[in-house]
Amino acid sequence: MAEPRPVLEMTGIVKEFPGVRALSGVDFRLFPGEIHALMGENGAGKSTLIKVLTGVYPLDGGTIALDGQSMRIDSPFQAQQAGISTVYQEVNLCPNLSVAENIFIGREPTRYGRIQWSRMRKDAAELVDRLGLDIDVTAPLSSYPLAVQQLVAIVRSVGTGDSDGAGAGTKVLVLDEPTSSLDRDEVLELFRLMRRLRDEGVAILFVSHFLDQIYEICDRMTVLRNGTLVGEHLVSELDQVGLIQLMIGKAMDQLEGLHEHQLHAEVGETLLQAEGLGRTGGVAPFDLEIKKGEVLGLAGLLGSGRTELARLLFGADQPDSGKVTIGGKQVSMSAPNDAIGAGVAFCSENRKTEGLVPDLTVRENIILALQAARGWTRPIPAAQRDELVAKYIKALDIRPANPEARVGQLSGGNQQKVLLARWLITQPKLLILDEPTRGIDVGAKAEIQKLVVSLSEEGMSVLYIAAELEEVLRLSHTIGVLRDRKLVARIANGPEITPTRILETIASGEHQ
Amino acid sequence: MSTATKTPTAPDSRRTPSRAAQLLGDRRLPVVVTATLFLVMYLVGLGRYQNYGFGEPQVFLNLFIDNGYLLVAAVGATFVILSGGIDLSVGSVIGFTTMLTAWLVEKQGLPILVVIPIALGVGAFGGFLMGYVIHNFEIQPFIVTLAGLFLFRGLCLIISKESIAIDDSSVSSMAQAQAQLGVGFLSIGAIIALVVLAIAFYVLHYTRFGRRVYAIGGNEQSALLMGLPQGGTKIAVYTVSGFCSALAGLLFTLYIQSGDPLHATGMELDAIAAVVIGGTLLTGGSGYVVGTLFGVLVLGLIKSIIQFEGTLSSWWTKIATGVLLCAFILIQRAMTARKKT
Repeated sequence: MAEPRPVLEMTGIVKEFPGVRALSGVDFRLFPGEIHALMGENGAGKSTLIKVLTGVYPLDGGTIALDGQSMRIDSPFQAQQAGISTVYQEVNLCPNLSVAENIFIGREPTRYGRIQWSRMRKDAAELVDRLGLDIDVTAPLSSYPLAVQQLVAIVRSVGTGDSDGAGAGTKVLVLDEPTSSLDRDEVLELFRLMRRLRDEGVAILFVSHFLDQIYEICDRMTVLRNGTLVGEHLVSELDQVGLIQLMIGKAMDQLEGLHEHQLHAEVGETLLQAEGLGRTGGVAPFDLEIKKGEVLGLAGLLGSGRTELARLLFGADQPDSGKVTIGGKQVSMSAPNDAIGAGVAFCSENRKTEGLVPDLTVRENIILALQAARGWTRPIPAAQRDELVAKYIKALDIRPANPEARVGQLSGGNQQKVLLARWLITQPKLLILDEPTRGIDVGAKAEIQKLVVSLSEEGMSVLYIAAELEEVLRLSHTIGVLRDRKLVARIANGPEITPTRILETIASGEHQ
Repeated sequence: MSTATKTPTAPDSRRTPSRAAQLLGDRRLPVVVTATLFLVMYLVGLGRYQNYGFGEPQVFLNLFIDNGYLLVAAVGATFVILSGGIDLSVGSVIGFTTMLTAWLVEKQGLPILVVIPIALGVGAFGGFLMGYVIHNFEIQPFIVTLAGLFLFRGLCLIISKESIAIDDSSVSSMAQAQAQLGVGFLSIGAIIALVVLAIAFYVLHYTRFGRRVYAIGGNEQSALLMGLPQGGTKIAVYTVSGFCSALAGLLFTLYIQSGDPLHATGMELDAIAAVVIGGTLLTGGSGYVVGTLFGVLVLGLIKSIIQFEGTLSSWWTKIATGVLLCAFILIQRAMTARKKT
């Protein structure tokens, strides 16, 4: 990769938001004909750097040079004009228009101001063809699955940059997590297109959470941490363990102690007892017991009824059989309010749609459940409220540590922590965590797992749901195994329990 | 590199929706439904009132004559709704235009040919201002145009609290001018409305501006990130709506030959109803201006049928409109619900 001159050079980039310094003096360069990974944890500044480059955010300091020429980028339109195109994680196209229009809109071929539809369709078909794709350009975009829409977005960005839309105008192509919702075949098709464009001399900036994908497709990578540059490396010269250490800035082994600890921890008397609880179409009737300070992990495949079981215990779905007693008292469980009143808290797996209010501040989001529990007629005094919020921001290390920041602007891991803080502040007896570590980075995952252990030490019971068996095994005292919407086994955790054993149980439906 | 790859196109059975779903997903379907509805209503009318002259071609042409102003207003509203917005000021701008025109012609003695560009300019400027506020201060169009609704209605009363009849001879001759079509005639207002419809169709489908209106209505955030000048487009859309409202006001003045501070109260809702019945999604991005024509015709036909029925009170127009609107919104819901899956 001895390219003489980078096509893009960003030097000393600074970007500040109210109360946060998202980027402080980051350098970044990109060579033509390479695929370059931008790595870092959630909140490290990857998205901010991309948005500065593509003109979504104005720059607070530093310079951007394209082809050796210093330039200002004030809008996405300007960035495209200069030859920097972006494909975001969410497909940013118009589903109501045809594929051809999506590729050409804003630069449709016209004659005397009249759009030449036939020429546009022909050009679009040629462009799609040249890139080795097979897409009917006259069909509406919404008739295609997300993966194809993603490819169309790339085709569009390759075509932008020159007015007649013949292609080859794009110098820099930015792909911000394009693979997060694609399956393996779709990813391969995307990679094929990426390699093709690279061979045509396009510089590609690729962001992905999947390390394997980075190692499969990228030539070089730049690592960010906390808004600063950690280093630039050739992918072939840095292994995955080394990369993770650079990303989180500390060694990985700190999680190992947790398991040992949990195996020896004591649990108290019974907190929750469910007998014959079930719901048609949800989970078959089951018996379950959770002790005080116990972490009960739920293992099972996606769709095996893990979430449904948790929702029954929270009253989010109404059971049609069985009863629940919490702390010796029977609870009706006809609505979440009953469960909240009995000291149950539920962190949903869809933190964006079922949990947080992105337009409210961190403080408001944290205080929401406590205020709801007290009732709207008894507001929490401001001083007490601020103190509580400050305490939990500190305890969970929510970054930025600014109670007035809007939750929507936080990274995924920090949003998860805000959601946790909201429930912890109500001091529940039982905390239900449904996939708390999904979609967040390695460092934040470790922190949340440590938090679960310390909560259980303090006597809080936790129902822990996670797709990763290692996580469940590491944290749980007891493991409930679900299969086909049935609780098939309850296993006391111990040194002899391994992920393989659990998998065997899931597969066979019985525990030996 | 090998180009052998799976083809993610329609023939792939896994990705091909069923025929019924495909039909439901076709964006032209709502227009077809509305056009069919119009046809059925017309045939039912023929069956019931043929002896009373319902079959006369002029009855059909009167639909255009009596609703020309509504068609123009609804075309403007189509632009706004396609872009994902809403314009509540339509009725007030129409009312204001009738007052302004009547006042300028009768009290100030200006010739109508001078008054027309003034009225159009004022309406377009009002729309431009609302669009400017909506875009630059990022305020909901609902609120901004609601303010416009009150503002223009108030301005009517500033001009005069009384209605002003127009006796000017050139206005009357313009109002009474007829274009003979052999089987009947059309008024100037009806012809202008049809011309506006044709221009709107061309603009929406054959200019970059028109496609940007669809793009913004489909996904405004995407349109911005695709580098489209969405701000300018939005302002232009409200300007178009203001202009159409003013033109509708002029046609209404011709039709009724007076200015009145209470003219066209609530007509924005008729316009929106016509657009929705015509198959345009209230969420924006999908619909055709031809559908709006059928929406207006259906509303007009309801009025005609109720007149022919003779015994029904005119409130049945509102009831029928309400029922239709409900039905069409449910159809829209069925269509959009399918797209999410």
